[in-house]
Amino acid sequence: MTRKRRRLWILVACGLGLGSATALTLSAFSDSLVFFVSPSDLAKDAPNGRTVRLGGLVEQGTVVRSGGPGKPVATFRVTDGANSVKVTYAGILPDLFREGQGVVTLGTLQSDGTFRASEVLAKHDETYMPKEVAEALKKSGHWNPDAGPPPPASTWNTLAGAKQPGS
Amino acid sequence: MNARSVVGTPQAGRSLHRFANPGQFLRLSGAVLPWLTAGAVALTTLGLVWGLFFAPADWQQGDAVRIMYVHVPAAWLASAGYMALAICSVLSLVWRHPLADLAAVEIGPVGAGFTALCLATGSLWGKPMWGAWWVWDARLTSVLVLFFLYLGHVALVRAFDDPTRGYRAGAILALVGVVNLPIIKFSVDWWNTLHQPASITLTGAPTMALSMLWPLLIAAVGYMLTFAAIVVARTRAAVMERRVRGLLMARAASDGAEAPVVASSGEAAPERAAAERAAFQAAAQESAR
Repeated sequence: MTRKRRRLWILVACGLGLGSATALTLSAFSDSLVFFVSPSDLAKDAPNGRTVRLGGLVEQGTVVRSGGPGKPVATFRVTDGANSVKVTYAGILPDLFREGQGVVTLGTLQSDGTFRASEVLAKHDETYMPKEVAEALKKSGHWNPDAGPPPPASTWNTLAGAKQPGS
Repeated sequence: MNARSVVGTPQAGRSLHRFANPGQFLRLSGAVLPWLTAGAVALTTLGLVWGLFFAPADWQQGDAVRIMYVHVPAAWLASAGYMALAICSVLSLVWRHPLADLAAVEIGPVGAGFTALCLATGSLWGKPMWGAWWVWDARLTSVLVLFFLYLGHVALVRAFDDPTRGYRAGAILALVGVVNLPIIKFSVDWWNTLHQPASITLTGAPTMALSMLWPLLIAAVGYMLTFAAIVVARTRAAVMERRVRGLLMARAASDGAEAPVVASSGEAAPERAAAERAAFQAAAQESAR
């Protein structure tokens, strides 16, 4: 075995060791690596007054805006499909906030089951399309933006061979 | 260096070392560099002008989506540049490739620059869309770690009096950091993150309209050529710097031999540098075989 070959094998062995150590560490800590928990996680084990991030979609027809000018208050429900949690938030909501949109809220679960948020962040998905395409999809009945994420890209993006709706 | 290990190179290693000769590298890169630079300027300009001024606005993000054309290629190149650094490190550690050492030193600051651009534009994009400049989610944190790995490499390779020891230490650091690359790539799939998953995947149709995808891809190729052009130019400069230093040291040494008074005023540095130059040339000659 040449010295070169030996160095290569040492490197491969170190790489395997380091890689598996990292994989084990990450899988062991994967609970604390998540940025937010879902309403179902919250229902499964209550955080007992700890501050947590709650993430999910804003449920249809649950957004109620109140409060005077300069002190807006909003209540809405955050859902992951299976469970939903009522959230109250006093403050200015981000521009992308709307029903059906993903949000991540930071706050505490109150004893009455509502989640009092001190911060609301909007989460957007990985779909990018011009207004005209979105309009065409809506007009043709393929997609209702309030009801959830856009249809699969293969149905509207021309790269996939499908005809762009409305074009 | 250990010329012994270079002798008896298997067939695969020989083709690898054909480009190790600094003279050959200077000739080849000198011919390629103007084209590389022209392509880099042209495609980066085309992609960015198209994306920033002519591509459509997004249906929900509006004009803020245009930050993507600066941010996403920078992010891709931050990871790809680190991959290049890691490949140079393997060549350096296993095959003692003299050019790979120099290339690794020169890739570090460029990669750090692209990563900084990615982090800065991401922050500018996050504030209007998410509502926060920065969050500690897995994607953002792992890219910040990548930035620190680059900075650590930049500092470490320059921290030794003996450059060879710096190359070895830097190569080991760079290879340890490779575990971060899959974490960056898959962080958005493995864990809940605020950052959205990838729009462009190998398996499915891109979830991005073609009118936005084209300028993005052109800008990405432009960034890639820019990265390559800067690294090649810097590596050329490093090779030439090394040659000039070698010539100066050789002259100082020969002057010193003729006039001992001059030599005694200097310390041992010229001798070490001359030895280093000899070793570099020996390795390069061996590699060129």
